Amino acid sequence: MRDVSVIGVGQTPVGEHWDRSLRDLAVEAIAEARRDAGVDRVDALYVGNMLSGELAGQENVATLVADAAGLLPKEALKIEAACASGGAVLRAAYLAVACGAHDYVLAVGVEKMTDVLTDGVTAALALAADADYEAAHGITFAALNAILMRRYMHEHRASHEDFAPFSINAHRNAALNPRAMYRQPITVEDFIRSPIVADPINILDSAGISDGAAALLVCPASEARRARRPPVRITGSACATDTLGLAERTDPLVWQAVADSARLACGQAKLKPKDIDLFELHDAFTIVSVLSLEACGFADRGSALKLAAEGRIALEGDIPICTLGGLKGRGHPVGASGTYQLVETALQLRGEAGPAQVKGASIGMAQSVGGSGSVAVTHILQV
Amino acid sequence: MELPRYHRLRGPYYRLEGRACPGCSRRFFPPRSVCPSCKSGGLRPFAFCGRATLYSWSHVLQPARGFASMAPYTVGMVRLEEGPLVSAQLADADGVELAVGMPLEMVTRKIRDADEHGYIVYGYKFRPLLMATRPRP
Repeated sequence: MRDVSVIGVGQTPVGEHWDRSLRDLAVEAIAEARRDAGVDRVDALYVGNMLSGELAGQENVATLVADAAGLLPKEALKIEAACASGGAVLRAAYLAVACGAHDYVLAVGVEKMTDVLTDGVTAALALAADADYEAAHGITFAALNAILMRRYMHEHRASHEDFAPFSINAHRNAALNPRAMYRQPITVEDFIRSPIVADPINILDSAGISDGAAALLVCPASEARRARRPPVRITGSACATDTLGLAERTDPLVWQAVADSARLACGQAKLKPKDIDLFELHDAFTIVSVLSLEACGFADRGSALKLAAEGRIALEGDIPICTLGGLKGRGHPVGASGTYQLVETALQLRGEAGPAQVKGASIGMAQSVGGSGSVAVTHILQV
Repeated sequence: MELPRYHRLRGPYYRLEGRACPGCSRRFFPPRSVCPSCKSGGLRPFAFCGRATLYSWSHVLQPARGFASMAPYTVGMVRLEEGPLVSAQLADADGVELAVGMPLEMVTRKIRDADEHGYIVYGYKFRPLLMATRPRP
């Protein structure tokens, strides 16, 4: 296996892009990543996307993007792993380069969600759940996470307000990111007063529906010096799975796929959680941040709320998370979110995160989660 | 829901039929073909008794398409007496103070609005045991 580096990154602003299609967004992110690298060569294009069939009436989406971006007749494939599609697409590109099948591979994550009304998007997102035993019963994604959150509050005697620091941290960091969707800081009072989606989960617990695309160009580490910008090495890449149905786990509050993918990625990079300088986690709901920090070994079971309350997840804390806003603050274009996390991690490690820069960051972890913890992809990036 | 799919689901949906592993005697709902514990195949049909306790729940205010007329409705995870956790809607929960661990029983109810195919999908829900919701005399 060859070592692999990220040599170019690109991203569109995240938002409600009424005048732009999936095609437009993907092309913009790809063009920016190629300009950033200053390298023309592309051997293959992998497209991370979850819902183009459902929300845009369009499959065969990798060919569509390759065509629109002027990359024909190169290999182009769609990679889908629910909301982890963005992590999975970099993993596919990493594997293709590491094994020697290709040298220069573009991984782009793209999602166009705002063409469809909220009830349609809610139904589409539920496609990542078990169709017969969760979605068909009207159990939405917010509801699955709400069930987890209430149980967590019961087992650890926590209140809903205890989850506020995660949302406040995400918004504070998003305010420093010009590409983020929700750039207004929020207070505990805003969090408490926010309208309920599926109790106890409210709007400010939940990452918002949005459009966006982010892209990374990867190549063998031995050739990465050709690039215009400092290369970022991929030192860990791992994917793990758990039961599709949330109820079928021995303990639904233990996110084993998240734990396994982090352990495998850290093992490959020969690192421990305490070595990580920043962690882009999958904060689709505040409870997911809590369960991910505990599963990955940054907090003992039942103690992630304390970690947040003590400010240790902030930019100046010992384990900064969602440094450019996370899914909550940047916005969550589902199949693209994992690639945004990776682009942001690369920018942090290159020292290009502007006012959100984590000082001295040299090791970053990005983790993309699909379903209710049923698939997780974790990458470790280093400079 | 497509008619053949609904037809395939009638055992689990109407009668709470799952599977039992002959190797390690674990019981599963929904039905599985391979036991995740001991990896045996050949799992046998097993009908659950329908008694359960409440693990956790949520009131859904933002329903998915197909559930608008039922909103707000209550969903939960319940622990079947024989072991498995199951996700389901809770029935007859209006005005009932729900609590972790409260006893429930399975009932067969309408699951969602009639869809474009025009028929109504019925299946299991869980309701608080009547005895548990009535004030003691």
